[in-house]
Amino acid sequence: MKTVYTWSAILAIVFASVVGDVLLARAMKQVGDLGELRRRIGFLAVIGRILGNPTFLLGVTAMAVAFFSLLFALSWGDVSLVAPAAASLTFIGNAVAAKIFLHEHVDRRRWIAAGLVAAGVALLAG
Amino acid sequence: MTFRKYLVLAGVTVFAAAGDSMLSHGMKQTGNISIHHLQGVIFAILNPWVAVGILLLLAFFATYMTALSWADLTYVLPATSLGYVILALVARFVLHEHVSPTRWLGIALITGGVGFIASGPEITVHPARSSLSDADAQGTPELEIASKAGERA
Repeated sequence: MKTVYTWSAILAIVFASVVGDVLLARAMKQVGDLGELRRRIGFLAVIGRILGNPTFLLGVTAMAVAFFSLLFALSWGDVSLVAPAAASLTFIGNAVAAKIFLHEHVDRRRWIAAGLVAAGVALLAG
Repeated sequence: MTFRKYLVLAGVTVFAAAGDSMLSHGMKQTGNISIHHLQGVIFAILNPWVAVGILLLLAFFATYMTALSWADLTYVLPATSLGYVILALVARFVLHEHVSPTRWLGIALITGGVGFIASGPEITVHPARSSLSDADAQGTPELEIASKAGERA
């Protein structure tokens, strides 16, 4: 039963993380390179610009959901299972989501990496 | 990619691994959280391990956002894969959890797979970037994209 709980929590983490990552990645591309931006308009103005971005706030909300799912998962399962499993599945979901929603160039190199990570996750779960 | 940018990616890795480990340690002390006793979450946050874990995850978030401002999502996530190795080492030697050979192999595969990406370009250069964020782009001048492309080459 504990295994079912753990994996349900892991799936919840993955779904919320993918949604959050895609929204945050889009938001930060809208804001622009933080290093250059900080030199141009100053640290506080950069913070203000990030916090004023609606996509960023939505992404943070999704990440908060993912975070509390993580708390639940960690209270049921080992960190060496929960953290890599959730992060790796999130990585595969992100590869697909980034291609579809962010139009990132996910080339063969990146797909092979996704495959190896998937195999690694299967081993972690076994 | 400048040295400073690699430093930011290293920060993402270390903060995430350390934060997760501290959370795990703290949550084991506070015990299981039940759906019927959600106040357990409040007690969990009062645990010092959990509190420090949360602080570290905040640091992770700051570095992660910085990285996402100049690199692809599909680049940043795998580039930080070394975190799995750190996690396994921490789980084994600090938390004294059992890490089986199968899990070690899984961790090795994940690390190898994501290591594939690190040598590639960090950002997709969109010729027609307007398709991504037309109406709500607040500041990604063409100049910045051009400079990124130049830096990569």
